[in-house]
Amino acid sequence: MAVNYNAKEEADGHPSGVGAPGGAGKSRKPDNTAFKQQRLPAWQPILTAGTVLPAFFIIGLIFIPIGIGIFVTSNNIREYEIDYTGTDSSSPCNKCLNVSWNSTPPCTCTINFTLNQPFETNVFMYYGLSNFYQNHRRYVKSRDDSQLNGDNSSLLHPSKECEPYSTSENKPIAPCGAIANSMFNDTLELFRIDNETRIPITLNKKGIAWWTDKNVKFRNPSGNTNNLTALFQGTTKPVNWPKPVYMLDSEADNNGFINEDFIVWMRTAALPTFRKLYRLIERKNNLQPTLQAGKYSLDITYNYPVHSFDGRKRMILSTISWMGGKNPFLGIAYITVGSICFFLGVVLLVIHHKYGNRNTSADIPN
Amino acid sequence: MCRARRSPADPGSVAEEERRVKANAREYNEKFQYASNCIQTSKYNIITFLPVNLFEQFQEVANTYFLFLLILQLIPQISSLSWFTTIVPLVLVLTITAVKDATDDYFRHKSDNQVNNRQSQVLINGTLQQEQWMNVRVGDIIKLENNHFVAADLLLLSSSEPHGLCYIETAELDGETNMKVRQAIPVTSELGDISKLAQFDGEVICEPPNNKLDKFSGTLYWKENKYQLSNQNMLLRGCMLRNTEWCFGLVVFAGPDTKLMQNSGRTKFKRTSIDRLMNTLVLWIFGFLVCMGVILAIGNAIWEHEVGACFQIYLPWDTAVDSAFFSGFLSFWSYIIILNTVVPISLYVSVEVIRLGHSYFINWDKKMYCAQRQTPAEARTTTLNEELGQVEYIFSDKTGTLTQNIMIFSKCSINGRSYGDVLDLLGHKAELGERTEPVDFSFNSLADPRFRFWDASLLQAVQLGNPHVHEFFRLLSLCHTVMSEERNEGELYYKAQSPDEGALVTAARNFSFVFRSRTPKTITVQELGRAVTYQLLAILDFNNVRKRMSVIVRSPEGRIRLYCKGADTILLERLHPAHHELLNVTTDHLNEYAGEGLRTLVLAYKDLEDGYYEEWADQLLRASTASEGREDRLARLYEEVERDMTLLGATAIEDKLQQGVPETIAILTLANIKIWVLTGDKQETAVNIGYSCKMLTDDMTEVFIVTGHTVLEVREELRKAREKMMDSSRSMGNGFSCQEKLISSMSASRLTSVLEAIAGEYALVINGHSLAHALEADMELEFLETACACKAVICCRVTPLQKAQVVELVKKYKKAVTLAIGDGANDVSMIKTAHIGVGISGQEGIQAVLASDYSFSQFKFLQRLLLVHGRWSYLRMCKFLCYFFYKNFAFTMVHFWFGFFCGFSAQTVYDQYFITLYNIVYTSLPVLAMGVFDQDVTEQRSMEYPKLYEPGQLNLLFNKREFFICIAQGIYTSVLMFFIPYGVFADATRDDGTQLADYQSFAVTVATSLVIVVSVQIGLDTGFWTAINHFFIWGSLAVYFAILFAMHSDGLFQMFPNQFRFVGNAQNTLAQPTVWLTIILTTVVCIMPVVAFRFLKLDLKPELSDTVRYTQLVRKKQRAQHRCMRRVGRAGSRRSGYAFSHQEGFGELIMSGKNMQLSSLALSSFAARSSSSWIETLRKKKGGDSTASSPSGGADKPLKV
Repeated sequence: MAVNYNAKEEADGHPSGVGAPGGAGKSRKPDNTAFKQQRLPAWQPILTAGTVLPAFFIIGLIFIPIGIGIFVTSNNIREYEIDYTGTDSSSPCNKCLNVSWNSTPPCTCTINFTLNQPFETNVFMYYGLSNFYQNHRRYVKSRDDSQLNGDNSSLLHPSKECEPYSTSENKPIAPCGAIANSMFNDTLELFRIDNETRIPITLNKKGIAWWTDKNVKFRNPSGNTNNLTALFQGTTKPVNWPKPVYMLDSEADNNGFINEDFIVWMRTAALPTFRKLYRLIERKNNLQPTLQAGKYSLDITYNYPVHSFDGRKRMILSTISWMGGKNPFLGIAYITVGSICFFLGVVLLVIHHKYGNRNTSADIPN
Repeated sequence: MCRARRSPADPGSVAEEERRVKANAREYNEKFQYASNCIQTSKYNIITFLPVNLFEQFQEVANTYFLFLLILQLIPQISSLSWFTTIVPLVLVLTITAVKDATDDYFRHKSDNQVNNRQSQVLINGTLQQEQWMNVRVGDIIKLENNHFVAADLLLLSSSEPHGLCYIETAELDGETNMKVRQAIPVTSELGDISKLAQFDGEVICEPPNNKLDKFSGTLYWKENKYQLSNQNMLLRGCMLRNTEWCFGLVVFAGPDTKLMQNSGRTKFKRTSIDRLMNTLVLWIFGFLVCMGVILAIGNAIWEHEVGACFQIYLPWDTAVDSAFFSGFLSFWSYIIILNTVVPISLYVSVEVIRLGHSYFINWDKKMYCAQRQTPAEARTTTLNEELGQVEYIFSDKTGTLTQNIMIFSKCSINGRSYGDVLDLLGHKAELGERTEPVDFSFNSLADPRFRFWDASLLQAVQLGNPHVHEFFRLLSLCHTVMSEERNEGELYYKAQSPDEGALVTAARNFSFVFRSRTPKTITVQELGRAVTYQLLAILDFNNVRKRMSVIVRSPEGRIRLYCKGADTILLERLHPAHHELLNVTTDHLNEYAGEGLRTLVLAYKDLEDGYYEEWADQLLRASTASEGREDRLARLYEEVERDMTLLGATAIEDKLQQGVPETIAILTLANIKIWVLTGDKQETAVNIGYSCKMLTDDMTEVFIVTGHTVLEVREELRKAREKMMDSSRSMGNGFSCQEKLISSMSASRLTSVLEAIAGEYALVINGHSLAHALEADMELEFLETACACKAVICCRVTPLQKAQVVELVKKYKKAVTLAIGDGANDVSMIKTAHIGVGISGQEGIQAVLASDYSFSQFKFLQRLLLVHGRWSYLRMCKFLCYFFYKNFAFTMVHFWFGFFCGFSAQTVYDQYFITLYNIVYTSLPVLAMGVFDQDVTEQRSMEYPKLYEPGQLNLLFNKREFFICIAQGIYTSVLMFFIPYGVFADATRDDGTQLADYQSFAVTVATSLVIVVSVQIGLDTGFWTAINHFFIWGSLAVYFAILFAMHSDGLFQMFPNQFRFVGNAQNTLAQPTVWLTIILTTVVCIMPVVAFRFLKLDLKPELSDTVRYTQLVRKKQRAQHRCMRRVGRAGSRRSGYAFSHQEGFGELIMSGKNMQLSSLALSSFAARSSSSWIETLRKKKGGDSTASSPSGGADKPLKV
């Protein structure tokens, strides 16, 4: 009787791969399935003139109208921008150029400007910063989301990421980190000048942050009291801040970590030039525009130093449309790309007709 | 499993210088700590698996590199990514590899267990006990039974057969299926029973373990005598005992020390050219990575110096960083970390997965399954598949590869009449295929049922008693060296040295001249049902020079006759001049047979006078015992007697080709693959086969035959061949500077291909002697150039080493992919040398298969392996690599552009989870699906248009140029991927007035655009959308969005606020129309130029595959014409030969009776003659009657030193 001996295995020490262990009983014939025989039904697309050329034309024909639409929409948006950094010696804010964080009394300046056209719909007031690297790696990571989400242990033991702004005078900083520490703290007030009288314009400071940020991401520490001062007991304010976090606002639902100015600041910008929503100016009634054409003045409490790193500060007033604020790039890009597609379509069509291999089957060498 | 053992690799142990083994003395042998018989091919056990496997894996450069990155990330000043972005892919890769290794090892454990637990009978304390193999020790005496595997390397002590002979089959060792004889030394062969064996206390002193299968030297010390031991006395592990009831052996080497295990070294790891290219490219990419790192680091230093230093009021430097320069240095490493994804770790794993998939397709291919042998094709190496699509040279063995190594008695010419043509009813020659019924041999109970013959007239001639025909078959039944075995009455088995001889004897058997049995002195033939015993007087053996063999027999009537068969060229000269007419007719027949590619032999006989024979035999006796010039003297005597013979006729044997060989060769030639046949056969045989498989055709301009014996001759012949080619191509009008070109293009292969194209059809046949000269360093280039200019090259009489040298030569100078295909042990070296080795799992054992990378059982499967599987594999791998590099450049380079806007701070553009998952989840499966399933044209088309194979040979689909195009496309995409969102986001706000350009929204937008763009791109690249492709591509997109929303969900954030910072981002950002407009714009801008470019290429300069694909689409029913293979009988030059593949000296063996054991077993059962009785007679006669005894018979005498 012969011993069942798989010499293959002994000789090279490898199991012989597929199918071998079955032995004599099982047939080693491969299964006749579409998958194993590589006969799976398949769609075999091929770039033919019949598919490619229409695609180009269709893309062109869709993109151009979209581009025009976006472009028109974007052009209808009113936007007014004031640079109030004060680098120019003629600027009223020039005197404040070299303020520091805690100068007392605060430096204030007033800039007058004229809106030539009325702002019909809701107006959004932004502050814009330039050359400010909110997207720097060390800056971006310098926060403790756990602390900001109201976690009590993180409140007292901020994450290492916050260094060097995690403790001050042996007390944990709340909110910790470089982002919070550098929070924008100019105060902007807007007045309409009507016959030499300054009528203050109501600036809404709520509703400027994302709902998820305000309600999910940011939370005040919890405890058995509603008193924020008590809840933040044992922490200290960020180094640059004049006031602790629980004194950012008088209203309880806009104070502490859920202060919307703070939340907006904490949503770091992708690019070194950015704008952040500061206030809302809601349209009072349908009869008159939110901001009439005319003279206005902007009162600035200038606290935020940017001059040292060549930064710029701006105030922007803007209306919005379905696609957001003024955005000429997108419209132009769509029109350009649409045109190129259309043009390419034409070129390809011409090339195809003149030189194309239409009778391709003929020249298969055998 | 195995106990701790001393192994030669142990650094602690001293290398074994000699081995001392004492029989039946375990305590004595114990002190040498020889390895036990337990083998362990597995590498790990449960405890060592993790550390050992990890250690092995980290020896891979890529893995170490990623480990290094991981360590870098632990430095907080450098860390630009979370630790898990590297560790997750790394762990994944390590896990996949570890699982694979573990499964492999599990199977090894299983096979080890199976082998180790086999039972063997060990003599312990005087009794035979069943023991597992693993418990057999060195010095044990074990008993083997018939058809059992030898458990360890044994010294044969005694056997059931006389003289301590035993037979083994060594197929597992060296692939040879014929039996070999081993013999115990005489002193021990008497130790037949257990009690004597238990007393045996001899000591063997021998060489240390080594891997030489055919060498053994040692000495047995027993009873104060020394006996020399040689390989003749050894039974090696892996052999199987045959035709021997039992035998006893002393274990000399066990387990890992056995020759079998010593031979199972790791084979050289083959790499494909794509592998090498990939490694080069990866190195370049690393260079590129470092460059980018340096640029960004310099940027960082400048930025920190100019801007960062002032920005410190908001963002102070890290405490450890005191200068902008140092910051730049750190940022270099940070960027190395985030940009490392240009060479993702998943590249190597994906490549392996794809290759594995292709290997499975090969294994699963029904059309490469041989039903007769029940063997599917097998990809034994999973790493070479795409190279199958690039083969330019095939080196093929002949016997067993091109031919089936089955010889068929096809035709014969007897006394001027030719038999064997297939005739139809009207007496015309019938075409192949429409054969009528074969001749019925049922009247003959001893006939071989497998024998087929189609011409009934021959049988009639036998039955009518035609004396010539009778004499013809009598010759065939007498003049040979075949051994017969009769297991049951009437069931004859022939053991022939060469299949040709077997075929002839079988033919005689079916025509009622049944060779029944032989003893050293007699041959018994059943002639027309009547047993006739001829006295065998002499065998005049075959050799290369003689090209013939003869026997001299005395018939029962007392007539002495010499029967001779041999090559026509030799034999026709030695005929009696009287039969001139017959000679002419026979010669015509011979030409006809040769024209059909048959192997011919001429048969003749001669009657000898008693007196003449006595005298001659006397001289022969003296010659054979002469000490000097024995060979010469014998040859002269043979010459003398084989003279003036009477012609009987001729035989024609068909060397059966494997199925579909000519068609396969034709198709492969059309695919521009050059086929060289390297064979150990003779020139005549090889050329014959060359013609019958259409490698050589009569249309060829010339077939050069190089047979020079000296360097000069060979050089001259090669030069002449080249000159002829030059001349003809010059006369064709465009070869004006070919000579110079030939000289100058010695190493530039592409130039010579021009030469090949214009040179017309030539073929080169070179034999082993000449090849040896041609392969010398100063001539190899000349040889190669000449050979490569020929359409077909046949090298005959080559040794295994020369086969490897030829392959090596082509590999070295042609920079082409070579494939070697063979089935025997002599092809192993060539199979191992070539880029791809293919083993035919045929009859010649498994040695070639074991050394091969692919194996199947029919040569014709080669066309499918190359033209379908190879081509697809290459295509898929190239497409995969192009896309893979593209997608990672598109992904990674965005960080580079972003660097210029974030103070070169190594801030990533994407969320860290996106970076982690991009390569392993979001984009891996679609490209894998493409890499595994893609097809450009169907398999039928690949076979119909062999030209489709060419892009692979020219390496067109993935080379440095293609790579740069991919990279450029990737960089282009990354630029748009960054700058379009940048342009949109710079000033824009959301539709609720809040900021749009916050970092997280930007990240989500870019990431989403990227995933969509690369998905569209893979959609464009995928040419064959199966359901799986659809599932993976759409699934990947779906999974991206699912994971995106999950990662940005409230729930995860509540649990880990610091890990999932992007809370709420997905729903906020992706709800913005602006974001979607941006994504669409980016996608169109990235894809549009690609589509335009591809369309133009297809339209203006389509590849053949595109055209075929297009035609396939347009006219699905179009049936391309098949190239008809002409099956025209070739009239012309005579190429016949005595093409016997058997060795010289077998006749001598028969006469000595040494190999008679086989037949004696059979004899004992039917002829009621004791198997040993004639041996006894033989021994008694020894000394006196030394006509029969040969010098090699001296091995019987004890060698006392």
